[in-house]
Amino acid sequence: MKLPLTWLSRHLDTRADAGAIADRLTALGLEVEGVHDLAAVYAPFRVVAVEAARAHPQADRLQICTVREADGQTHEVVCGAPNARAGMRAVFAPEGAALPGTGAVLKKAKIRGVESRGMLVSLAEMGLSDEAEGIIEAPESAALGTPLVEALGLPAGPVLDIALTPNRGDAACARGVARDLAAAGLGSLKPLSDDAPVPAAVPETAVKVVVEDADACPLFLAREIRGVRNGPSPEWLKALIEAAGGRSVSALVDITNFLTLDRGRPLHAYDAGALCGDTLTVRAAQARETIEALDGRTYATSGGEVVIADAAGPVALAGLIGGVRTGCTEGTTRVVLEAAVFAPAAVARAGRALGVESEARYRFERGVDAQATAAGMEAATRLILEICGGQAGPVVAAGAPPPPPPPVRFDPAFADALLGLVVDPARQADILRALGFSAEGGRATPPSWRHDIHGPADLAEEIARIVGLDAIPVTDLPRAHLTAAHQKSRAVAARGALVARGCDEAVTLSFMDGRAAPRFGPVIDAMRLENPIAGDLDTLRPSALPHLLAAAAASARRGHPDVALAEVGPAFTGGAPGEQEAVAACVRAGAATPRHWAQPARAPDAFDAKADVLAVLEALGVRAEAAQVSPGAPSDAYHPGRSGALKQGARTLAHFGEIHPALAAEIGLRGPAAMAEVFVDRVPAPRAKKGPPPPLTLPELQPVTRDFAFVVGADVETARLVRAVAGADRLVAAVAVFDVYAGLEGGTQKSVALAVTLQPRGKEALTEEALAAVSDKIVSAAAKATGAALRA
Amino acid sequence: MDVLALQERILAEVSAAGDAGALEAVRVAALGKKGSVTEALKRLGGMTPEERRERGPALNALKAAVAGAIESRRGALEAAALDARLATEAVDVTLPIRPERRGHIHPLTRTMENIAAIFGGMGFSRAEGPDVEDDWHNFTALNFPPDHPAREMQDTFFLDKAAGRLLRTHTSPVQIRHMQERQPPFRVISLGRTYRCDSDATHSPMFHQVEALYVDKGVHMGHLKGCLARFLAAYFGVEEVPMRLRPSFFPFVEPGAEVDIRVPGADRWLEVLGCGMVHPNVLKNCGIDPDQWQGFALGAGLERLTMLKLGISDLRPMFASDPRWLAHYGEVA
Repeated sequence: MKLPLTWLSRHLDTRADAGAIADRLTALGLEVEGVHDLAAVYAPFRVVAVEAARAHPQADRLQICTVREADGQTHEVVCGAPNARAGMRAVFAPEGAALPGTGAVLKKAKIRGVESRGMLVSLAEMGLSDEAEGIIEAPESAALGTPLVEALGLPAGPVLDIALTPNRGDAACARGVARDLAAAGLGSLKPLSDDAPVPAAVPETAVKVVVEDADACPLFLAREIRGVRNGPSPEWLKALIEAAGGRSVSALVDITNFLTLDRGRPLHAYDAGALCGDTLTVRAAQARETIEALDGRTYATSGGEVVIADAAGPVALAGLIGGVRTGCTEGTTRVVLEAAVFAPAAVARAGRALGVESEARYRFERGVDAQATAAGMEAATRLILEICGGQAGPVVAAGAPPPPPPPVRFDPAFADALLGLVVDPARQADILRALGFSAEGGRATPPSWRHDIHGPADLAEEIARIVGLDAIPVTDLPRAHLTAAHQKSRAVAARGALVARGCDEAVTLSFMDGRAAPRFGPVIDAMRLENPIAGDLDTLRPSALPHLLAAAAASARRGHPDVALAEVGPAFTGGAPGEQEAVAACVRAGAATPRHWAQPARAPDAFDAKADVLAVLEALGVRAEAAQVSPGAPSDAYHPGRSGALKQGARTLAHFGEIHPALAAEIGLRGPAAMAEVFVDRVPAPRAKKGPPPPLTLPELQPVTRDFAFVVGADVETARLVRAVAGADRLVAAVAVFDVYAGLEGGTQKSVALAVTLQPRGKEALTEEALAAVSDKIVSAAAKATGAALRA
Repeated sequence: MDVLALQERILAEVSAAGDAGALEAVRVAALGKKGSVTEALKRLGGMTPEERRERGPALNALKAAVAGAIESRRGALEAAALDARLATEAVDVTLPIRPERRGHIHPLTRTMENIAAIFGGMGFSRAEGPDVEDDWHNFTALNFPPDHPAREMQDTFFLDKAAGRLLRTHTSPVQIRHMQERQPPFRVISLGRTYRCDSDATHSPMFHQVEALYVDKGVHMGHLKGCLARFLAAYFGVEEVPMRLRPSFFPFVEPGAEVDIRVPGADRWLEVLGCGMVHPNVLKNCGIDPDQWQGFALGAGLERLTMLKLGISDLRPMFASDPRWLAHYGEVA
């Protein structure tokens, strides 16, 4: 809300300057985001005389103008405006001035070989118009040196830009702001003298008022004023409206807007001559009624919105905006003035549904001062009679003002306890009274303009606002009686494992393109957003991979193909609360190891992804041996022959593998990429440890390593062979696969070479016989499990 | 033969031995079974006790001197051989190492962990809640009246507006879920993703918030200020961050305030936080008696706090996953 200081001073007697007022308002909760003064912004731009204008020797459309300033100095400036001519008064921008319209700072320039110092400016360059139609023509009568603001009659003086919170509809007007400032001791509130009833000069108001829905419209007042002359507003009114950022339309319209901004009392003026029939009906709209509104848009109702209608249909959307058909024009001689109270929820619903933004809506949906409805009508009537002449009829009314807000418990001790600050009870009562409350006997009744006071906490806030939050002493928290659990979160552990393996952690959006999503996991309709911010961000992601893959592709396009990206975040399974799980995902693309003098280059493969998965699982307390690898693509995103899942029993803990080449091509990722997903929430929590770990006993004897080369069927999973060997005897402590050769017997057999570590227990070293016995066990266990034979 | 002359000859041979083989030959010639020193010692047996007394020590000294010289020559030769081998083994240590990837923690994550640790030190434990919420937890329980403009300010993403399913617009529903399940006292913080239908240099449709909640007997606004002061000082790593509370409005607190700070080096107030005393209606909605318990809540956007630390003004790169950005602003684990 823009509030010119001149407007505020109509209501507040104060000696405080704009800065002090702004600071106090911010401290009161009416945040001042800025104090603007056109006079200051436009100070460098002053009226000059164009003494001569001659054609530019090098350019047809340019002229060289000689301009004279108030101090007699002259400058030569090059000007391209067609209206630049000798003898005119123009506005001059000197070197060094910043043009408000463009932000450019003027420098001495040479234009087609002619030096130009400063420039003659247009309204567009001043940020005062969207169109650049030549330079500003100042009035002939303007003295040289007159500031632009004065020459154009722009509103001068500081304007407060106040950001209002939605609970303070009462402060959305000059009087409301003045009330808070007066209560805070920054001046005194001027009494109103224009709201006494205006005696009727004509016996009747020629409209009847019918309210069909008293809940949506508890009170509707109307009055006819005959014999008005609508025209431009007087200067003072025009200046206020424009300083507040509005546009002066005509006296009748400006007067209603004035009351909105002055008292927070929205009004509407109908051209009585344009009304059909003699009745204004406040009713629910039917579906598909249309109204061409004063903002130039045509609105179609969907049914249920509250409208004001005459015999021909809606003439206004209640509390939102009036219609063009019955709007006031220059020819208007009879007006019907409306002052009503509309229910906030009804206005908010209709405003939102129809997309109407208006000053009236802003105030009605936050709640207006219902008790001041009639006073607003009278003040507006007075202004109309004063400016437009005419005779007022009597006020016709339907309904009654809704009851004022009920009293609430006023307990000074409660406020002290909530604020952590002792404020004398008498002072608390004084503060409330200054804000318009009545406060006595443990109860406080809010003023009719406050709709945000429902209990003692609200009173405490009022006290705090006026006393100032700065007054509350900083107090240390009492010692916690609960100690916070300092366990490392699983997300932190998972993330740490991936970053330790060289992944850069990314944070990517939770939604994605619904067309691409099903490749990555099941997508149901409930996961689609009704109002996505963009078409390709319309579905909750079923996986954390898609954005990482897209980022890898984007990085490659920028010339940086070698990436490892990880993210720990949600993947969604549905569209209801809880239908999501935490996933640690990573993508490796480009080269896993780049070209290097000491080692060959290679692309990332399924085993990089498997290593990522195992590292995360281990960080989450799952031993690698405890999980089984199950080959096969977990989703269409993976290469079907180079991917798999890690399972614990029936529970899938992780997916890993290489990207499906079709997907890689689709997203523009060249070469193979490895990717992995660990379903962090599914990993069973490690059992809580009780006491210290068991004591460590190290074997006394050295281990012995024996190599075995087995031949097995090409389709035998190596893990089965390894498991069989590992389980062959207690002495087997470790099994390492150190060679695989797949091309035996025309590809039907493969050779797998294992290094088996045997760890003797106790004090007895392994004898040759014992070693032979274990070897036999290993060979037969391998044969039994996989049909393996020792390679000849 | 003269012992001294013998010694001189043998020591000269030792010195002249150019490798281990030559040295061994010298040793055998002197100290071997038939070596010159051995032979001379053998001859002692045929001498008279007087002769033995006279020649014995000299010969033994000869033997010791020769043995010592051989040992030390052996050491010298071995050292020279090792030096020679090492010289052939030299590599160009200016060659680059085998590449190792260094991962980086995203700055937002760093902020979250940092904040969790600071609040952990004040006794706050961590609570989590779903990204998809229902209208009741996100709005109604937090005292947003139906149709109130405050709801509209939040630019909500809906999955199903009619059924009230939406993406949470703030982390505050986590406090509702926490309070529904237990009775005070408690101190919790929640950190996580939040969503609003808004996008420009300072708004992303997805962003992150932290929310802290403390409910107990006798909690007041002074405690809130104390908690804020400690949090801000620890987060920015300074003794004190100048801060200013301005009355403001959030439906779920009363009184409510916004917190402006002056970060080190800044010349103006920056709005970083919203806070207030938990609204009695919110406590009631969660089955907590507002006549017995009071509490404060505070919430902040993590992007803003992070951007202040990183000195950046555009938040979009945070979610763009450009590895160069991640490596520059991220932290090596």
